[in-house]
Amino acid sequence: MQFLQQLLNGLTIGSLYALIAVGYTVVYGIVQLINFAHGEVFMIGAFGALATWSLLFKGTTAIWVLPIIILGAMLASVSVALLMERIAYRPLRNAPRLAPLITAIGISVILQEGVRLFYPEAKSSLSFPGIDIVTGPPIAIGGLDLRRSTIFIILALIVCAVGLWVFINRTKQGRAMLAVSQDPDTARLMGVNVDRTIAIAFALGALLAAVAGVAQGLHTRTVTFNMGFMAGLKAFTAAVLGGIGNIQGAVAGGLVLGVIEALATQYLGGATWANVWAFVLLIIVLVFWPQGLLGAKVVDRA
Amino acid sequence: MSEPLLEVSNLEVSYGKIKAVKGISFTVGEGEVVSLIGTNGAGKTTTLRTISGLLRPSGGSIRFMGKDIAKTPAHEIVGMGLAHSPEGRRIFPRMTVEENLLLGAFSRVDKDFDADLREVYDLFPILEERSQQPAGTFSGGEQQMLAMGRAMMSKPKLLMLDEPSMGLSPLMMKRIMTTVTTLQQRGTTILLVEQNAQAALRRATKGYVLEVGKIVLTGTGQELLTSEEVRKAYLGED
Ligand SMILES: Nc1ncnc2c1ncn2[C@@H]1O[C@H](COP(=O)(O)OP(=O)(O)O)[C@@H](O)[C@H]1O
Ligand SMILES: [Mg+2]
Repeated sequence: MQFLQQLLNGLTIGSLYALIAVGYTVVYGIVQLINFAHGEVFMIGAFGALATWSLLFKGTTAIWVLPIIILGAMLASVSVALLMERIAYRPLRNAPRLAPLITAIGISVILQEGVRLFYPEAKSSLSFPGIDIVTGPPIAIGGLDLRRSTIFIILALIVCAVGLWVFINRTKQGRAMLAVSQDPDTARLMGVNVDRTIAIAFALGALLAAVAGVAQGLHTRTVTFNMGFMAGLKAFTAAVLGGIGNIQGAVAGGLVLGVIEALATQYLGGATWANVWAFVLLIIVLVFWPQGLLGAKVVDRA
Repeated sequence: MSEPLLEVSNLEVSYGKIKAVKGISFTVGEGEVVSLIGTNGAGKTTTLRTISGLLRPSGGSIRFMGKDIAKTPAHEIVGMGLAHSPEGRRIFPRMTVEENLLLGAFSRVDKDFDADLREVYDLFPILEERSQQPAGTFSGGEQQMLAMGRAMMSKPKLLMLDEPSMGLSPLMMKRIMTTVTTLQQRGTTILLVEQNAQAALRRATKGYVLEVGKIVLTGTGQELLTSEEVRKAYLGED
């Protein structure tokens, strides 16, 4: 029973990693850039949801609030992601690879500090609103405590993954993304607007990160200005695990990482070690399977 | 005479400090097949990539159907009716044949691709047989057919082919060149870049010889084929 409970916890946290990891992998697949500020896009999503709730629905815990705070989160995340792409990354597209990397660190610091200084009371952690249907009492199944937020998070991952698959494989803009990931110049010869396609990749990653931000807020009921740092690192690990550029891989990598982390915490040394296992795994994968466990397929068939 | 379809005037293109194209001028009229020949490094590919908008000229002008396109973004140019089948074929390797062909039609606003797919498949039956296979597994010749078919899918007014015979077996080379003739007879206007001067000039209504970024000879295909300089430099005759 303990094992099943930890498996469930692992799938929950793993789904969050997966939602964020897709953002790393989609952008990498299109421009071969690791957007290390993507963790902050997730954090901004959580704060966007909190701000929407505080401004419009303070005190409300009804279900109809949920889609609107998700929209608020998406608006915040997508705006920030598009801005960073336009202002910081686009001018560096032909620069040495170190330049965008250092820029990403700069953007992370700016966003974290921006939220810490300018979001009311954000210097310490803020409590995230509850939405009854997601944050109500857990459901007991056998001896298992199934939290409603777990159901919400796993459903969110499924909906996002299916939506992304449909977008990439069934829309014209999705085909453009596949083309750019394989050969940007030739894609332009076909009439694909590469700048716009790259911006769309950033926006897609931000949409999923925003959902993750709301989901994590509802799950832990707190948000902090630096919540994106560790989540971002873990999600990056998940993306590498699945083969950077490979969308299915990012989802699988997130789930695997979450489960390993939960089980290791239970059976190998407790919560203090949780983060260590993730990075031990990262190093092992980088050394033995640098292409990731599923291979880097570069945004093929989401 | 009416205005040519494509008019390149005093075109200059540089890579950093290196000038690769040094003020060339040529025209392509409706229905013509114009060959641009020259040895490796002469600036042929640079010229085509600049016409397509992938590179920016440092001087001169490019007019297509009367409009200056020197500053038009690459992704808008194909929609104006100018298709480019690039050097090295550059098919999308992890897409199927059909997906490659449909990307060729990406710029089109109409959705009537079926007739055009049919036309490409009739021209290259092997593409239809293998329409659901990933293009990366194909031989050079098959990839070249796909690249040409993909360019045709945009229904171009002008089709630019960059060394379609490069690296192909003599048989396949012949097959590709026959297709150029077929397209020509159907009225497609073609700008054909080749190192294979013989094949390119035989089909050309007009030819230009490019040497280190400059046009050194002009004439009808026949004139160039029989000219002393071309025979010596490009056809390997003394
Ligand atoms: N990306 C590039 N950067 C710098 N120089 C280039 C580049 N591409 C081509 N060149 C140079 O420009 C000249 C013309 O090349 P190119 O247009 O490819 O010739 P061709 O197609 O006739 O063989 C050559 O000297 C080549 O070395
Ligand atoms: Mg060339």
